[in-house]
Order: sequence, then C-alpha cells, then structure tokens
Amino acid sequence: MTVATAPLRILIGKVGLDGHDRGVKLIARALRDAGMEVIYTGLHQSPEQIVNTAIQEDVDAIGLSVLSGAHNTLFRRVLELLRAQGADDIVVFGGGIIPNEDVPALKGAGVKALFGPGTPLDDIVRFVKELPRSR
Amino acid sequence: MTRFGIHLNKLDKQVDSASTLAELVKQGQVRAVARLITLLERGEQEGHDALRLLEVDAPRAAIIGVTGYPGAGKSTVVDQLVAAYRRLGHKVGVLAVDMTSPLTGGALLGDRIRMQRHTLDQGVYIRSLATRGHHGGLAAVTGEAVSVLEAAGYDVIFIETVGVGQGELDIATVAPAVVAIVAPGLGDEVQAMKAGLLEVAHVIVVNKGDHPEADRTLRELKEWHRSVLKVTAMTGQGIPELIAAIAEQQRLHDLEGAPTRAAP
Ligand code: B12
Ligand SMILES: Nc1nc2c(ncn2[C@@H]2O[C@H](COP(=O)(O)OP(=O)(O)OP(=O)(O)O)[C@@H](O)[C@H]2O)c(=O)[nH]1
Ligand SMILES: [Mg+2]
Repeated sequence: MTVATAPLRILIGKVGLDGHDRGVKLIARALRDAGMEVIYTGLHQSPEQIVNTAIQEDVDAIGLSVLSGAHNTLFRRVLELLRAQGADDIVVFGGGIIPNEDVPALKGAGVKALFGPGTPLDDIVRFVKELPRSR
Repeated sequence: MTRFGIHLNKLDKQVDSASTLAELVKQGQVRAVARLITLLERGEQEGHDALRLLEVDAPRAAIIGVTGYPGAGKSTVVDQLVAAYRRLGHKVGVLAVDMTSPLTGGALLGDRIRMQRHTLDQGVYIRSLATRGHHGGLAAVTGEAVSVLEAAGYDVIFIETVGVGQGELDIATVAPAVVAIVAPGLGDEVQAMKAGLLEVAHVIVVNKGDHPEADRTLRELKEWHRSVLKVTAMTGQGIPELIAAIAEQQRLHDLEGAPTRAAP
C-alpha cells in the first residue's frame, strides 16, 4: 500500500547565528541514506522560517542543530510557533552542544529527543524511523 | 467520512473529508495545500477526490519551467524571478524537484536553500518534491501539484526540474514557457544540447555572467537558438531581460491558442 511505503519527510535545519554545520550535514546525509526525504534549510534560519518551511513542506518532523548555546530559547520558540499554527503534530528533535542540565526542561517543553556529540548516527536514524506515523 | 490516518492529528480533525480539504485549498490555506500535495504524492483516494473538486473552477496560472545542468544556477535564478514577480504583485508558487536515490529511496531536497528569503512571505509557497522513481526530470505528482497551487490562487508557478543532462525533458509537456539554465564553458556539450535542451527550451540563460567565459558561451549558443540571454543570478543582473523574454514566449503561446498545458 502506498501509505505505508511513502518516505518520511524530515526538515533538518540550523537556527540562529550558528555557523557550525558539520554535524547537521552528517545527519542530513544519514537520514537520506536511510531512505528519507530530507529538506535541508541551510544556515541562519529564524524559528519563524523553520516553522513556515515545515508547514509548506508538510514534514513529519523537524530536526534542529544548535551549537551556539542559544538552544533554550530557539527550541522553545519553534515549539511555540508550531502550536500557534496548529501544527504541533510535527515532532521536534535535535542535537548539538546542549548541556545535560538543560535537557530535561527542553524535553518537558516538548522536544522529543536530543543527541549530543559522539552519538552514533545509527541511533539517530533508528529514533527517526521509529517515530509514530501520525498521518 | 474519510480519515487520513489511524491516528488523528490536528489537521485531520479539521479536515475530515475531501470536500473540506478542497474548500481550505481554495481559501489558500497553506497547510491544506501542503497536505493535499502529500496525499496526491502518496496516491491516496482522498487526494484524488479533493483534486477533482478543485479542477472544476481552477483558474489558470502562468507556468514557467526552469531546467538545465546540475549546479548551473536554476534555484538561484528561480529565487530572483520569485522576487521580481512578487514585486509585480503576483502570488507565486514554486515546485522544486530533486532526484530520489534509486539505491536507498532517500533524497536530499536542497533547492529551497537558495530561496529561503521568501519563506516568510505569505504570497510565496515553495514545495520540494522528490522524483520517487519517476523518470523525465520531474516528480510524477508535478502536474497535480500545479493544479493544487492554481486552485489556491497562485498565479505564477515555477517548476524547477532535477539537474538534467539529456533526455529528461518532461518539463516541455507541463510548462508552456521553458527556460534552460547553463553555466559558462560548455564546450562540446553544445553539440549534445542540440537534440535536447535547445529543442525544448524557449529561452536559454547563460548564468554566472560574472564568469570570464560567459560571453563566449553566449555567442556559441546564439548560433543555435533565437533567445539566449546572459544573467548573473547572484546579483540579479539580466533578470528584467529574462522576464521580458518569458513574457514574449507567453504571448506567442497565447497567440497559438494552445491549451495552457497538457492535462495533469
Ligand atoms: C569545528 C568547530 C568549529 C568550526 C566550525 C566549522 C563548521 N563549518 O562546522 C569553526 C572553526 C568555524 C568554529 C567556529 C566557532 N566556534 Co566552534 N567548534 C568546533 C568544534 C571543535 C567541533 C564541532 C564539530 O564540527 N563537531 C563534529 C560534528 C560531527 O559534531 P556535532 O556538530 O556536535 O554533531 C553531532 C551531535 O552534536 C549531533 N547533532 C548535531 N546537530 C544535530 C542535529 C540533529 C537534528 C540531530 C539529531 C543531531 C545533531 O549529531 C552529530 C553526530 O554525532 C566544537 C567543539 C566540540 N567538541 O564540539 C567547537 C564549539 C562548538 N565552537 C564553539 C565556539 C564558541 C565557536 C566560536 C564562537 C568561536 C569564536 N569565538 O570564534 C565560532 C563561532 C562560529 C559561528 N559562526 O557559529 C563552542 C560553543 C560553545 C557553546 N555552545 O557554549 C564549542 C563547543 C567549543 C568550546 N568548547 O567552546 N567552530
Ligand atoms: N559566480 C556565480 N555563481 C552563481 C551564480 N548563480 C548561482 N551561482 C552558484 O552556483 C551554485 C549552484 O547554484 P544553484 O542555484 O543551487 O544551482 P542549481 O542549478 O539549482 O543546482 P541543482 O539544483 O543542484 O542542479 C551555487 O553555489 C550558487 O551560489 C552566479 O550568477 N554567479
Ligand atoms: Mg537547484
């Protein structure tokens, strides 16, 4: 059946003034190689751009990469904008340099998972593949 | 009453039948537009039902195909054209097609990176499509997606094909105005283009006009095609002339009285 075999569509992006893009490109490639359709936004996106892109592209999930230290505000803003647009069925996850002490609060705010430096790519691919198919 | 999935998400609660979905698309609601394209991409019945409801009174848009070699600057040219048509007051849709890997079924959809400045503009809708095994340089859903955008009120619609070599020329059947983008320094490729891009394209753009070989490539191509222009998409130089050339093609096409495009 077509529905079951349709590839997952995942937005992978960099938010804010953060030029570290090695990790995010690795993730984008790994997800593509795992059979997903990856929409890569490039650097320096605002939370508003991320959310509008996600809606236009009808993605299943948004993966954000933040190594700038601004993760607390950026992830929360993205979640807030998704809610405001009635699009909070889109899963938000991410990675980068995110201190352990910030993780529980971000998860509490609605970030599904966070992956730090050294995470095997397979773990990330498995997490995305196992996301509940909401549509 | 039809449901889109086992789990209901917010939009599904809102949109529980093809006719509601069609209605929201006609109102120009972006989420509904995006979802309908997804349903059509998956070949779901609800999508086809909604599409049928839309086509009854779909308005006609100007459809502009942008094709050409990989990396020649197709997306950057589209970005500039979107800005220009917005200034003219049009509502602009973009369908940007990239290749699905035949090995993994995955795709990296990167065309819109060059167009992200339009993401916050309510008058612009950009959708990346993967070929999903379809040959010819487009996604199988492209024609249907055009109809959805037309119904949602987008009156100028760009279709960026995958980076083509030869033979991927489906764009000619979907768009009455086809622009082919090449980069300077073609060399022997001009020969190959004669039975391909040069045949289907109405306008040839030598992009990267800042490149030292641009003028030579321009001269070479002018021997083979009546409408060849030099553009520097990076700076926007030559874009007004490109818009005039597209308008001329649209005028010729209308004079011929041909249908705007083949049925999707
Ligand atoms: C390489 C590097 C750079 C390069 C970046 C090159 C590039 N194009 O990416 C350069 C030299 C340009 C650079 C500059 C700067 N850097 Co720097 N940089 C690093 C360094 C050494 C490695 C980062 C890296 O590439 N790692 C390899 C990749 C593969 O790992 P990763 O990005 O972490 O990704 C993995 C995971 O995090 C996760 N992941 C990442 N993103 C995502 C996204 C998703 C969706 C998922 C699921 C997972 C995921 O998966 C990946 C694979 O496991 C780190 C230190 C470190 N050890 O991390 C500092 C570091 C990130 N930089 C830092 C700083 C401060 C800077 C500068 C501000 C320095 C300065 N004063 O000029 C500038 C800012 C540049 C800018 N414009 O943003 C700090 C950040 C501090 C903070 N956040 O609190 C760090 C942590 C160094 C430190 N200890 O102080 N930097
Ligand atoms: N020097 C120069 N570079 C340009 C110009 N226009 C585009 N480029 C660069 O050419 C590269 C490819 O541009 P894109 O617009 O992505 O090309 P494309 O044809 O859409 O590429 P694919 O979709 O991958 O086939 C980018 O690095 C652009 O910045 C130009 O006018 N001059
Ligand atoms: Mg492109």
